[in-house]
Amino acid sequence: MTPSDIIAVLKQYDAGGIVSVVADLPYPHVLVKAEHLVAVAAFLKTDPQLRFDLLRCISAVDWPANNGMEVSYDLISTSFVHTFAVKVMLDRRDPQVESVSGVWPAAQWHEREAFDLMGVRFLRHPDLRRILMPEDWTGHPLRKDYQDVVEYRGLKFNP
Amino acid sequence: MKEIELQYQPDLLHEGEVPSDIRTEELVLNMGPQHPSTHGVLRVILHTDGELVLKAVPYIGYLHRCAEKIAEKVTYRQFTPYTDRLDYLAAMNNNLGFALAVEKLGGIETPQRADYLRVIFSELNRIASHLVATGSYGLDMGAFTPFVYCFREREWILDLFESACGARLTYSYITIGGVRDDLPDGWVGRCRDFLDYFEPKISEYNDLLSFNHIFVHRTGNVGVCPPDLALAYALTGPCLRGSGVKWDLRKATPYSRYDEFDFDVPVGRGQNGTLGDCWDRYFVRIEEMTQSVRIIRQALDRLPDGPVQAKVPRMLKLPAGEIYCEVENPRGQLGFHLVSDGGTSPYRLKVRGPSFCNLSVLPVLARNCLLADISALLGSLDIVMGEVDR
Amino acid sequence: MAIIEGIFEPGLVVTSLDWVLNWSRKRSIFPMTFGIACCAIEMMATGAARFDLDRFGAGAFRATPRQADLMIVAGTVTFKMAERLRRLWEQMAEPRFVIAMGACAISGGPYHLYGYHVVKGVDQVVPVDVYVPGCPPRPEALIEGLMRLQDKINARTIAKQ
Repeated sequence: MTPSDIIAVLKQYDAGGIVSVVADLPYPHVLVKAEHLVAVAAFLKTDPQLRFDLLRCISAVDWPANNGMEVSYDLISTSFVHTFAVKVMLDRRDPQVESVSGVWPAAQWHEREAFDLMGVRFLRHPDLRRILMPEDWTGHPLRKDYQDVVEYRGLKFNP
Repeated sequence: MKEIELQYQPDLLHEGEVPSDIRTEELVLNMGPQHPSTHGVLRVILHTDGELVLKAVPYIGYLHRCAEKIAEKVTYRQFTPYTDRLDYLAAMNNNLGFALAVEKLGGIETPQRADYLRVIFSELNRIASHLVATGSYGLDMGAFTPFVYCFREREWILDLFESACGARLTYSYITIGGVRDDLPDGWVGRCRDFLDYFEPKISEYNDLLSFNHIFVHRTGNVGVCPPDLALAYALTGPCLRGSGVKWDLRKATPYSRYDEFDFDVPVGRGQNGTLGDCWDRYFVRIEEMTQSVRIIRQALDRLPDGPVQAKVPRMLKLPAGEIYCEVENPRGQLGFHLVSDGGTSPYRLKVRGPSFCNLSVLPVLARNCLLADISALLGSLDIVMGEVDR
Repeated sequence: MAIIEGIFEPGLVVTSLDWVLNWSRKRSIFPMTFGIACCAIEMMATGAARFDLDRFGAGAFRATPRQADLMIVAGTVTFKMAERLRRLWEQMAEPRFVIAMGACAISGGPYHLYGYHVVKGVDQVVPVDVYVPGCPPRPEALIEGLMRLQDKINARTIAKQ
């Protein structure tokens, strides 16, 4: 199915949750409201025309210029071989969105990484804690305003 | 003679039943970041009841080398060597993924010869990577010989790579716009000699390891991953195909002219155990080596002439926008989510490492297996910590 | 030993003993499997068939630090890993040696400028005896590093200095 068809099917399901739509390459996606994310995700996975069963990637992008934190979910269907993406835009000061690990368990580790490196909190995540950085690290390194630590447990950052 | 009364009545000791006066306790065992069979710096905390593993919790991040932050600071061309070091066993494939992402977003067309060379080097690297996977899997299971044999074959491939681009492990050969240099004289002949030499070796590995009684018993019926579980946890590559799902990006969404080549996609069939066990995932890799040889032969026969590099400006600036581009690595699908704001470096580059997703299924597969099966599981998932931690 | 040395001139008795000890130590270095990243693959290749480390007596890689003499730090050391590296080094029995293999272990490598989680050189954590540069160093370079370490062992003496 082409991206426009996918968007049409999605609009039939939940037109109210969609904020904006981009149907052309290289990155067709929809921007949905954060409250509607899990419902849209479940629909994308289970609808017999769409069947997006493989969650490829969850990326968080920091946009300090317009005070936003964008989280995008890249999907692909192994039955129909079509790709699509869903995005949510969150408030950068306190980014929170509900976890989609109930729809795709693959999201668990991706969301932990987004929390660790960007600070996005995923509500109702089974085990939200740091995954790549040490447990007692302060700060979220991939944010644009991240300051490097001077020292960590006696080891100098820049000798 | 006085009859001795038995402390335990034998017919009461059924499997799973423990006499009431034996106390068992859960043991928390640390399979630390330094361990010979964790394939890198991976820490797994095992909660065991004797030999039975109740829970396995992986801890990663010991090799987190900040590749994504570095991508925001260096230019596109300067980032290619960092992609080598993500999955250091399949460096050519990583280079290819990044180059494709940049080219698609920037609208750069690569010449035909460059595409064919990319296919040849990617498939050679796939063979080399599967050789390491096979050799170290044998080593984890206690078989020392396949390791030495696999590395011997791999040295021939590294010789070919070294004569083409000068490096043995981290090549940076496939760059944005094509490949860095054309092949030296005689390279095609040497590659053909290697393929003729290598093809009978695959049956040697089957004799040595794959159908070895002990190996089959240690890996068959262990770590069974049903296809729906594999898809739910976003497993890709041989881990997904070992569970019977025929999904390969080179066939589904072909890139770099893979649709011009004729090859099969091997899937697991459960012939030595259950469908989706460790043996299936391992054997898919063996069969993929045969298919890679097939692809390389076709590419060498039809290798066109022409330039190997498209014209790309020295300070490459991509238009603002984003793209998600995936390639089929030896370990699964490597994805690059590239967000550009019109500058000379990416605004955000998220790397989706296949081993990161493959490893997330470990806690599920490791429930109620024996302690020795953890090594079998980790070896069959074939993870490389460079791309788990990035 | 101190009683004997007080009587004769320094080094007289211990020279041949030194020679035997150093000879046996340098010809049978047991490395520890401490591959962290890409350099670990070149270390494995050095131990494999073509660049056989076993002909130097150093082919028996011990997984446990208690039985190892040499720790080849092959790969990037991160802040999370540094603590464990120090602990493993402390568990090795003396005489113990450290080879820093690869640019990352020497000074942070390609990650030295922007890596927020990378220790800029393993000598911040453990004392290093030999540095082997390269990214990754060729197996021949690692073998040369091992031979320089053998020279260093040769220069040891058990006499009080």
